[in-house]
Amino acid sequence: MLQDKDRIFTNIYGWQEAGLTAAKKRGDWDNTKSILALGHDEIIEQMKQSGLRGRGGAGFPTGLKWSFMPKEVTNRPHYLVVNADESEPGTCKDRDILRNEPHKLIEGCVVAGFAMRAHVAYIYIRGEFVNEYKTLQAAVDEAYAAGLLGKNAAGSGWAFDVYVHRGAGAYICGEETALLESLEGKKGQPRLKPPFPAGVGLYGCPTTVNNVESIAVAPTILRRGGSWFASLGKENNTGTKLFCISGHVNTPCNVEEEMGIPLKELLEKHAGGVRGGWNNLLAVIPGGSSTPLMTKDVCETMTMDFDALKAAGTGLGTAGIIVMDKSTDVVRAISRLSYFYKHESCGQCTPCREGTGWMWRMMDRMVRGQAEPHEIDTLYEITKQVEGHTICALGDAAAWPIQGLIKNFRPEIERRIQMYKSVTQAAE
Amino acid sequence: MSIHDLVAEEQPENFEFTAENEAEIIKIIAKYPEGRQASAVMPLLDLAQRQHDNWIPMKAIEVIAEKLGMAKIRVLEVASFYTMFNLKPVGKYFLQLCGTTPCMLRGSDDLSRCIKDKLGISSGQITPDGKFSLLEVECLGACVNAPIIQVNDDFYEDLDYDSTEALIDALSNDMPPPVGSVIKRSGSQAETGATSLSDILGSKSAKPSKKPDAKSKKTAASSAKISGV
Repeated sequence: MLQDKDRIFTNIYGWQEAGLTAAKKRGDWDNTKSILALGHDEIIEQMKQSGLRGRGGAGFPTGLKWSFMPKEVTNRPHYLVVNADESEPGTCKDRDILRNEPHKLIEGCVVAGFAMRAHVAYIYIRGEFVNEYKTLQAAVDEAYAAGLLGKNAAGSGWAFDVYVHRGAGAYICGEETALLESLEGKKGQPRLKPPFPAGVGLYGCPTTVNNVESIAVAPTILRRGGSWFASLGKENNTGTKLFCISGHVNTPCNVEEEMGIPLKELLEKHAGGVRGGWNNLLAVIPGGSSTPLMTKDVCETMTMDFDALKAAGTGLGTAGIIVMDKSTDVVRAISRLSYFYKHESCGQCTPCREGTGWMWRMMDRMVRGQAEPHEIDTLYEITKQVEGHTICALGDAAAWPIQGLIKNFRPEIERRIQMYKSVTQAAE
Repeated sequence: MSIHDLVAEEQPENFEFTAENEAEIIKIIAKYPEGRQASAVMPLLDLAQRQHDNWIPMKAIEVIAEKLGMAKIRVLEVASFYTMFNLKPVGKYFLQLCGTTPCMLRGSDDLSRCIKDKLGISSGQITPDGKFSLLEVECLGACVNAPIIQVNDDFYEDLDYDSTEALIDALSNDMPPPVGSVIKRSGSQAETGATSLSDILGSKSAKPSKKPDAKSKKTAASSAKISGV
């Protein structure tokens, strides 16, 4: 189990003030200037050594991502954009950083921005987080007043501005290129890649988009060294991670733990265990709604890291763990996710716009059993027609939960179809 | 859904930003590079909505288009794409009930039933007196504090049928209760007490769950005026 001395987010539950004075006592902004004195390349090197993989879901190595930014700044300025559009069902970790540890994020913007030779960061925060926005904006204002942002950020000689931009209720804006479109004042519809944002991003300029958690852990990593972070967790899955444990556990919570912690230990140590005991577990969605569910037997030995979950046909995603006990109507639980994706499809690509609707309508019938058995295969076929045929991953994200359901709970779907048939036949 | 379902039939003849908001708009536009003022479209729509009883009239869309040098249709396109922009009136208390799976697993159906029992409205409806409206929304991003209702700007968390009833009663009397967890746990820590950070914060975490200091938080929050940026 992770020791408190290795926890990065010491105010994650908001026991202390979010403001600058308390943040400094927690170690934020401690000689930021000396971090910048390492130089652009050494910061990126340390981040590479830390093994940090992006905390927004895809798990792409953060240091490597930063290194894709051009080494020379031409007439197109570089931008850092922080993705605080946290909307993946099951995920609520960035919210805690924004409202309780905003200075870790702002300091992270300075060091990350400097590393990629940017002078401006935009933090795109989901619109519903109004109070979190106020706390974050107050922290930005404090940082300017204290000289930590502005023409000579933290006395480093590097000019750095941070602007906070509010979204307005669109899950798709969590996709990085949709976020950039939105920031430019358009509908949040993803762009084709390539070109990638590091070449052509915000306003056509080199841009890196990072998740809140990835940026907020950077200052601590750079203070304690990449090797410290790399010493935690497992190989290729290093460091600490904020886990969100929701659903049918006794005490749902967020907690910072070591990567690679066994799922069972995580649930029992921090979330009071599965409601009704471990044997009452039906399934777990391990990494936010887009990741396929796992049944209890897979959960028994599963560790919470990118590679182990990937090998099991699912993913760590955002580490938003949704626990379902045996009382769960699992078909409805997944059907509700299908509704979510139908609601959130941006409408740009036909397979997703039409497919999410088809999938939801079929799922809705499956909940009642109002279907023919062969339609389960039809539904699966539709998920395959959507998956991989869209500009962004929303189509995939809509397809995977259904595929996971069919793979693991096909007998349950069939049982409902039989039941519906017998009830309607009896009525005739 | 056609645009006519989204937009109010009765529209005001005019819309003008207040002098205070005009000053705010100058600050907002300054946050984006020159020539990129279209980036301010979402903050301006939000300002208009806050100024106009929580919904945006078509005249405001025209005013914003003019200010930002955008075609009206581009502004309307943005206003209708993002679900938080209301193009027709909502209740004084706009209840946004999260119904996505994590909230559903923790009993959001009970909350929906309570609202129906108490107020007689379903998603998309408004009470005849205009005091309450309800919309079932998608994941609000506070899943470990499920189920949740957002009332205007504020989250009410860890609700059940009874506490939703109490919330509606309080709002009916225009006495909004303290924001956050209705079972008074501090943020996202476990209800029975935090399972980490005891070494760092000593006795703090030994307490089952600290009541969030709503007052001081509120003061800190209100010092940063909401500007939609």
